Amino acid sequence: MKIYLSAFVSGLIFAIGLGISGMMSPQKVQGFLDLAGRWDPSLALVMGGGLAVTFVTYPLIFKRKAPILSDHFALPGQAKIDPKLIGGAAIFGSGWAISGLCPGPALANLGSFNPGVWAFVGMMLLGFVIYPRLSQIGTPRSLPGVETPAQKQERCEEECVVD
Amino acid sequence: MVIENFTPLPALIGGGLIGSAAALLMLFNGKIAGISGITKGILGECPTPQERFWRIAFTLGLVLGGAAMVYALPAATALSLKLNPAQMALGGLLVGVGTAMGNGCTSGHGICGLARRSQRSLGSVITFMGVGFVVMFVMSHLIGVARF
Repeated sequence: MKIYLSAFVSGLIFAIGLGISGMMSPQKVQGFLDLAGRWDPSLALVMGGGLAVTFVTYPLIFKRKAPILSDHFALPGQAKIDPKLIGGAAIFGSGWAISGLCPGPALANLGSFNPGVWAFVGMMLLGFVIYPRLSQIGTPRSLPGVETPAQKQERCEEECVVD
Repeated sequence: MVIENFTPLPALIGGGLIGSAAALLMLFNGKIAGISGITKGILGECPTPQERFWRIAFTLGLVLGGAAMVYALPAATALSLKLNPAQMALGGLLVGVGTAMGNGCTSGHGICGLARRSQRSLGSVITFMGVGFVVMFVMSHLIGVARF
């Protein structure tokens, strides 16, 4: 029960931070990305402020053997940069500029009931769901629908653990 | 370059709160506060019930906290902006596919990944910011799509 409460409180504080920082406004995000226009540098300070806190606290937290409410830290391995990472980031960056939203501010803005925000979130969720299917196009599947437990474990780890 | 609408103090304070939220989630739950990964995990078939529930709890906090901010600071949110739904839908699809493919977004790679000194996260942040600058330039200065 406690892990759900701490996750809820973390989400709540995250949203308050997004609101105070101005990042729930697509206008401010586009203002940051428009270097050649009327430029609004605020986003750089939001990332800087957030990163300052995590950059200092993470190493302190990792000195513990385990988190307070769990038996291990769920961290992605330090794999090398690959074309998938860069390609995905490039696609994300273009959508970010077009809409002025990334996933956090989009979800936090659902309560505005702005139709544009709901269109964004609906299509973002669709994107999450269709990506695994898109990425399989062209790769032959030996036995469609049949997976050994080990294969499933491997696929799940790849799909569920995030950087 | 003309600097406009710069709000340094709220940006730093808000950013600090976002970082604190990420630190709390790591300290208590041992999880990365990556919004795209958390939301994607709710929809996936893989997580155990517990894995799914903490993600739902986090997302609920984000949505409800966000709704409170819409009423507390309406001008700082999307409340009264005229957003073209087709443009937003296209942006949303690209953000969904791109973050699924690149394993993370502004929060997971930016706020958390860089703090873990992850080389992959640095590559991701440089790429999505760089592409964001270029696409924004093309939109507002070459093809004339107005900013919101």
